[in-house]
Amino acid sequence: MKRFAVICSALLFVGSLAAAMLELAPAAIDLRGPVAAHLAASGVSHPVTAVLLNYRGYDTLLEIAVLLLALLAILAVVGEPGAARPAPAHPVLQTLARLATPLMIVVAVYLLWAGAFRPGGAFQAGAVLAAAGVLLHLAGLLPGWQTPRLRLRLGLAGGFALFLAVAGGLLAQGTLLQYPPALAGGLILLIESGLTLSLALTLAGLFLFLSRDEVAP
Amino acid sequence: MTLAFDLLLALALLWSAWRTLAAPRLDRAIVLFIAFGLLMALAWARLAAPDIGLAEAAIGAGLTGALLLDAYGVLQRRRDRP
Amino acid sequence: MTSGLLFALVGAALFALGVAGVVLIDHLLRRILAFNLMGSGAFLVLVGLAQRNGVPDPVPQAMVLTGIVVAVAATALALALTRKLHALTGRLDLPEDADD
Repeated sequence: MKRFAVICSALLFVGSLAAAMLELAPAAIDLRGPVAAHLAASGVSHPVTAVLLNYRGYDTLLEIAVLLLALLAILAVVGEPGAARPAPAHPVLQTLARLATPLMIVVAVYLLWAGAFRPGGAFQAGAVLAAAGVLLHLAGLLPGWQTPRLRLRLGLAGGFALFLAVAGGLLAQGTLLQYPPALAGGLILLIESGLTLSLALTLAGLFLFLSRDEVAP
Repeated sequence: MTLAFDLLLALALLWSAWRTLAAPRLDRAIVLFIAFGLLMALAWARLAAPDIGLAEAAIGAGLTGALLLDAYGVLQRRRDRP
Repeated sequence: MTSGLLFALVGAALFALGVAGVVLIDHLLRRILAFNLMGSGAFLVLVGLAQRNGVPDPVPQAMVLTGIVVAVAATALALALTRKLHALTGRLDLPEDADD
């Protein structure tokens, strides 16, 4: 009975939403023009990076804070750190992981650099770095993380702290996160580098901290 | 031609999403979800959003899939050895 | 019909599918899968509907990029809670409310 009702209301929802979408008038506000008009002053020439790091810098600042918060919540939830070390994988997989990791680091640095003028940027670079960490863990080359020590804590919080410091520094001369056009390119690259490192550690940490409560095989 | 490709991609997205929820075995459901993530990356490319496509392939399909499979493996091992 | 409008419609269907899954399925890992489908559907609507005239729009694209990263963090947190629940009680579903 519940099943029937839920499926019927889901179908009704899709039907009415689709009808509304097909009828929808053109949007009253179009932000494409303003984005393109101020691109020269934003410090980067790729519009998506300009939106992420300059026009809507708040989003990214709060996003890295949310990510850090999620990681802290996971640290609070997962069990006592055990001595679990992953079983060493097959030698072929280990060799492949050793070969792939430097390449992934090169790809990440390229993506970070390319983000200023073509698709790419801190998120993708951080994700590739995190994937390298997960790969090393699955190949048995990198043990799951225990309680984070000082260096790891600095790495995890560094991106957010750097971003917040830049934002606070800019507050002294006017508005939060309003970069002076002359410095914008350099500041965005600086923030993105910090973000890449912290994002990589946080995303890898989501995996590596979770795997510490694994039962020893 | 591009419309045909879009329609095919849309159908593949809906079908893989449906199978993700309906597959009787959980491990298959997770692998189907990873396939769904890769199809999403293709859809982002069709929507002229290569940035999201890159992120979706690396995060949505890669990291989320690894997290889900890891959780599945741990739950399975716990069940085998209570 | 442009690709934007087509994928916005697909996104609406995916969202509804995800909602139905979250409501109807008891197994928590499957619920997390359904929750992720919901998220993907919302992202498709956000970008697709903004681009229904066929011109790329960087603002929703940047917002969705942020959303994807937050979604993976939410998924990891949900998985951590599920694993903890399983370790403590041995169950993989939530108990029904008594007054339901």
